[in-house]
Amino acid sequence: MSPHERHRPNGKRVQLMATCLCDAFFDDAAAATVEVLEYLGCEIAFPEAQTCCGQPAFNGGDWKASRKVVRHTVKTFAGEEPVVVPSGSCAAMMFHGALLEFEKEPDLPQVAQLASRTWELADFIVNGLGVTKWPGRYEATVAFHRSCHSRGTASGPAALTLLGSIEGLKVAPFGEGEQCCGFGGTFSVAFPTISQAMGNLKLDHVLATQPDEIVSADMSCLMHMGGLAAKGGRPVKTRHIAQILRDSLKNASATAR
Amino acid sequence: MKYQQIDQFAAGLAREKRAAVYDGSKAGYDSRYKALFTHYTAPDELRHLAGEIKQHAIENLDTYLPQVEAKLQENGAKVHWAADAREACEAVLKIMRDRGATKMVKAKTMVSEEIELAHFLEKEGVECLETDLGEFIVQIDHDHPSHIVKPIIHKNRREIATSFEKNGLGEYNDDPGTITRRARQYLRHKYLAADVALTGANFLSAESGRMVLVTNEGNSRFCLAATKVHIALIGIEKIVARDRDLAVLLNLLGRSGTGQQLTSYTEFITGPKSAAQPDGPEEMHVIFVDNGRTDVLESDCREILRCIRCGACLNVCPVYRQASGHAYRAVYPGPVGAVLSPLLAGKKFPEMADLPKASTLCGACNEVCPVNIPIPDLLLRLRDKGKQAGSAAASAATPPMGGYAILATQPAAWKAALSMGGIINAVPTPLLPQAAKTWVETRGLPPWRGGQFRKWMKQRKKS
Repeated sequence: MSPHERHRPNGKRVQLMATCLCDAFFDDAAAATVEVLEYLGCEIAFPEAQTCCGQPAFNGGDWKASRKVVRHTVKTFAGEEPVVVPSGSCAAMMFHGALLEFEKEPDLPQVAQLASRTWELADFIVNGLGVTKWPGRYEATVAFHRSCHSRGTASGPAALTLLGSIEGLKVAPFGEGEQCCGFGGTFSVAFPTISQAMGNLKLDHVLATQPDEIVSADMSCLMHMGGLAAKGGRPVKTRHIAQILRDSLKNASATAR
Repeated sequence: MKYQQIDQFAAGLAREKRAAVYDGSKAGYDSRYKALFTHYTAPDELRHLAGEIKQHAIENLDTYLPQVEAKLQENGAKVHWAADAREACEAVLKIMRDRGATKMVKAKTMVSEEIELAHFLEKEGVECLETDLGEFIVQIDHDHPSHIVKPIIHKNRREIATSFEKNGLGEYNDDPGTITRRARQYLRHKYLAADVALTGANFLSAESGRMVLVTNEGNSRFCLAATKVHIALIGIEKIVARDRDLAVLLNLLGRSGTGQQLTSYTEFITGPKSAAQPDGPEEMHVIFVDNGRTDVLESDCREILRCIRCGACLNVCPVYRQASGHAYRAVYPGPVGAVLSPLLAGKKFPEMADLPKASTLCGACNEVCPVNIPIPDLLLRLRDKGKQAGSAAASAATPPMGGYAILATQPAAWKAALSMGGIINAVPTPLLPQAAKTWVETRGLPPWRGGQFRKWMKQRKKS
């Protein structure tokens, strides 16, 4: 996946795509995203009609169904502002996957227009807003799982830039970091044996470094790894990068007081 | 079907086999990384360049095929064209029959596996002996290769020692040195007795008609040492425009496939032996094999024809590592196989359309590919194609997306579902749809918090 061309943000108005997973399970990750963006001075619009990026059907092979969802998303996020997504996977769906399935469609330009202003959160902070040092404090050793949709994009390095700059936080590298956690959307239920084997292998590597938390830009990977860890009797704390960034700020203001 | 076929195969795979495949492929990945990143400052740029070189060649085959045909003829080789597997096999047989030949030694070639040449020739009473050690073991075991570069990655030396004993190649001895020596002794006589040598080609230059063969055992050189006739089976996508393109491709092939700067043997063959040469084959025949390749060229997955068969995508693939090559039910396994095998299956595409599903789309295959094939994109295209073809194999265990699409395009219905979705925590597991059941049974579900973020957001706006 090649890094896509994007418009630099013009002003600080942004639209938030919260993702269906945060909508259904992980509200705090979405809330943290809002607080982090507000701290950076962004004015956030949350289009109420948003649902899902269309990726489940796209990866599942039902492109016809997926295109319907993408068209709805394109309509919902009309405008010129950057669209910020707390997920490397949903962001890549908009700037890469959607373009693939609309290649021969007449409304490709509209889809491409949204693609050109869609950002994963860490990528937006570092490369969109130019912030490379994160204030505050966060006392923890974390394992950073670079989700696979961030492969070859600016998101992985951006997340590491931010995490690495937080006082008190240590990123512990683990073995075979380039390998997938085994989630893969519908793959996880259509190939449960392989999916679990991959996930457990990832956990073996991650847990070997005894991190306090696993951090990622994608709740989907974390949901899979956290669930497997719990079932396997070795529970581990999983956190979205937005939650780390927000809590780092909170810790700073607590100290200031 | 409860789960996908490849997953069922993986579930039934013996622990020992999985470990052999896992360790072998991981070692391949590690040595590749070391070879590329210690020798080059920007290996990624080289991969992109190599991709462009191959893409240019396959998109201009209409120019390069006639050009290479003329060059080969000029160099003294005879050129044959085979539209499918049957024609390719028959072309080989005809060359042998016309010369009263009955014994063939062959070097490793994937296209011969693809057209099932050995099987065909044996039925016609021709001895067709594999001389690559791995392929030789596969042959005496009546097995199939499970990896493009390491055909017996799935076997351990005890299994090999047992099959050597069974095939009269000495008493049981699982020392790798002894196994290799015995195979060598057996093969030496066969090289001398053979009438015809068959090889593939890793590359073929349209500029000079020069073909390139790489091996690590030198067996292709032995094949060509004593035989009078050389037959080269070459897929039409093996052509490159210029000799100098080989500099890029050879440097990447060895490093990507086996972590070597170059393979132990790299042969450049420019035709049958010349008058000045004391020995070598007196005749050289090149059989160009299409067997579905022009259809692939016409499709929106043509980038897969760039493949130089290094096996790096297999080595890095987490699914391949767990499932092994035989799970893919085809000559080409792993990520490249998941694209190529359904495409080459022709009318049987729907039966093979589950292969592109065997991926988390993690992209590791694209990241290591020496010719930068966008494998995940091609897998996705084939998933769409499988759905359109109504493939039952592809849709197995995949939740239907129609209902999802309706919900996700109607905000009111979506919000209602969010507020009612908590029901999933209350429904007994056996009553859940299969996909949800699988998830709950294996991973557990976090508490349902549908709509909570929206509520929070609204209150925040007010305050």
